Amino acid sequence: MSLRVSELRVYYRTLKGDVKALDDVSFTMRDGEILGLAGESGCGKTTLGKSLIRMDGRMRHMGGTVELDGRELPIGDDRRMNEFRFHEVSLIPQYSMSAMNPTRKIGKMVGELLGSRGVALDRAELESRLDLVELPRKVLDNYPIELSGGMKQRMVMVISTLLNPSLLIADEVTSALDVSTQKAVAKALIGFRDAGFVKSMIFVTHDLALTSHIADTIMVMYAGKLAEKAPAKVMVTAPRHPYTKLLINSLPEVGVRHADKKLSGIAGSPPSLLDPPAGCRFRARCPVAGDECGQEPPVVEVEPDHFVACWKA
Amino acid sequence: MMLQLDNVTKVYKVGAFGGKTFAAVDGVSFDVRSGEVVSLIGESGSGKSTIGKMILGLTSVTAGSITVDGVPVKAAKEYYRHVQGVFQDPFSCYNPVFKADRVFQLIKESYYPQVSAAEWDGRVRSAIQDVRLDPGQVLGRYPHQLSGGQLQRLLIARALLLDIKLLVADEITSMLDASTRIDVLNLLAELKERGLGVLYVTHDLSLGNYLAERTVVLRNGTVVEMGLTDKVFGDPLHPYTRKLLAAVPRLNAPWEDAEPTDTCRYHAGGASGALFEADADHFVACARLDGCPR
Repeated sequence: MSLRVSELRVYYRTLKGDVKALDDVSFTMRDGEILGLAGESGCGKTTLGKSLIRMDGRMRHMGGTVELDGRELPIGDDRRMNEFRFHEVSLIPQYSMSAMNPTRKIGKMVGELLGSRGVALDRAELESRLDLVELPRKVLDNYPIELSGGMKQRMVMVISTLLNPSLLIADEVTSALDVSTQKAVAKALIGFRDAGFVKSMIFVTHDLALTSHIADTIMVMYAGKLAEKAPAKVMVTAPRHPYTKLLINSLPEVGVRHADKKLSGIAGSPPSLLDPPAGCRFRARCPVAGDECGQEPPVVEVEPDHFVACWKA
Repeated sequence: MMLQLDNVTKVYKVGAFGGKTFAAVDGVSFDVRSGEVVSLIGESGSGKSTIGKMILGLTSVTAGSITVDGVPVKAAKEYYRHVQGVFQDPFSCYNPVFKADRVFQLIKESYYPQVSAAEWDGRVRSAIQDVRLDPGQVLGRYPHQLSGGQLQRLLIARALLLDIKLLVADEITSMLDASTRIDVLNLLAELKERGLGVLYVTHDLSLGNYLAERTVVLRNGTVVEMGLTDKVFGDPLHPYTRKLLAAVPRLNAPWEDAEPTDTCRYHAGGASGALFEADADHFVACARLDGCPR
């Protein structure tokens, strides 16, 4: 077991009270697994990614544990977490376009970054990884501004994984890219896993179709809770949670035309996480909700590796 | 033909003192009819947003002409009565200090000062219902209290209050969640049935395909392929269109590796050929049919 997250609760402290962005989330990841984390804005997917590497000032660890390779991560302790960052857990941030220091040549910046972690730069290793993502070696002598968005994205990917972390968190890395660049970046991520640069990966995205190509397992979150977790193939062909079903039905695919088949969205909007309703949080928008949904549904393993939090599943 | 672009070119000055020039849009011609959605598809830097801005009079046209019902674009009040735009980021289109429904009041002040407050309120409510929102839920709220989908639909309702004939929708769904994105798309399809022309600018091929009767594919400021959506997506002729389509992730099909490896001008990086009609209402700019080895 590479990663084990148990009953994790992370709240945002605001003037109006605590926003329960992650509420009792538990899951495990195997070695070499790519977990696709999908959901609407505000469902807690970025919060989960951030909790595993660095909580910002407003976030509070309210309970639960995270274990990576058998060692517990001190996620609530910013200082102690520092020894794990980059070595054990690494992040490709959401806006990689602006993640690099604009005043340094990239090669120099990488050297300084590694120096800050007490590691010497292995130029040959760096260059071989540039080849893997199809970046020319001369980018090391360029400033970030000289690279296109997709190139910067791939450069940040190389930097984030230089120390062979056990867990890589890729947060919406493709959402600002064109389809053909998106495909190249996605394939590079899989290549990193296959080459053993990272042991396992959490791929955070709102694009279910893309996730289904990259991930081995997909986890769908709703309003700070796990809704469904299943192997990628099962998730797109036989989802069990009503939210996942509606979400997949709302995706227009190439070939689907409005004139032939009218897709529909999900009416309503997610509940406020300041004071979330008791029971199932999807209840208000759910077409099949019943009386039992006033009780909170437990996460049940309906089939091997297929977890659903729904009374009706 | 309601909106007509004829050989439109936009050249930006670039470099430290504007010494160099860059043709963002280069000789683009197409048209949008009433009651039709045309999607303008292209990657970043293909010039699709520049075309949208030129139609809305937000930037000048270097050469060529853009006309709406025969009248050339001009950034004037009367023009905006008929042509309106909705943009990518609904969150930054509202002043956070004021309530979101202020956008409707501004329309009344500049275009309909003679209309009574009661009648205007009725028009606002019916426009809000036209975009499938409940007036009680959205009126009197501040922008931060509304979702992205609601804000985006309010902006469309704002455009509907005017006597519009053409709506330029520039990436209007890319900031929205999958669950609300489709509602905004369905709304555009309904507007089309009311006789509006819609230019839907997007980089998402599946969304363009869902909605549009006709599709224009742009690359580096020139049109590489255009025509009926069924033909452009069903039988793509230009290798660039094929490559784009192959890169779209699909839920139930494996990622295609349909990138052509044969020699072609597009792959050599040269200019593509002139647009010619390969089929009825299907134009392609590819030298392939003019004696290319492929």
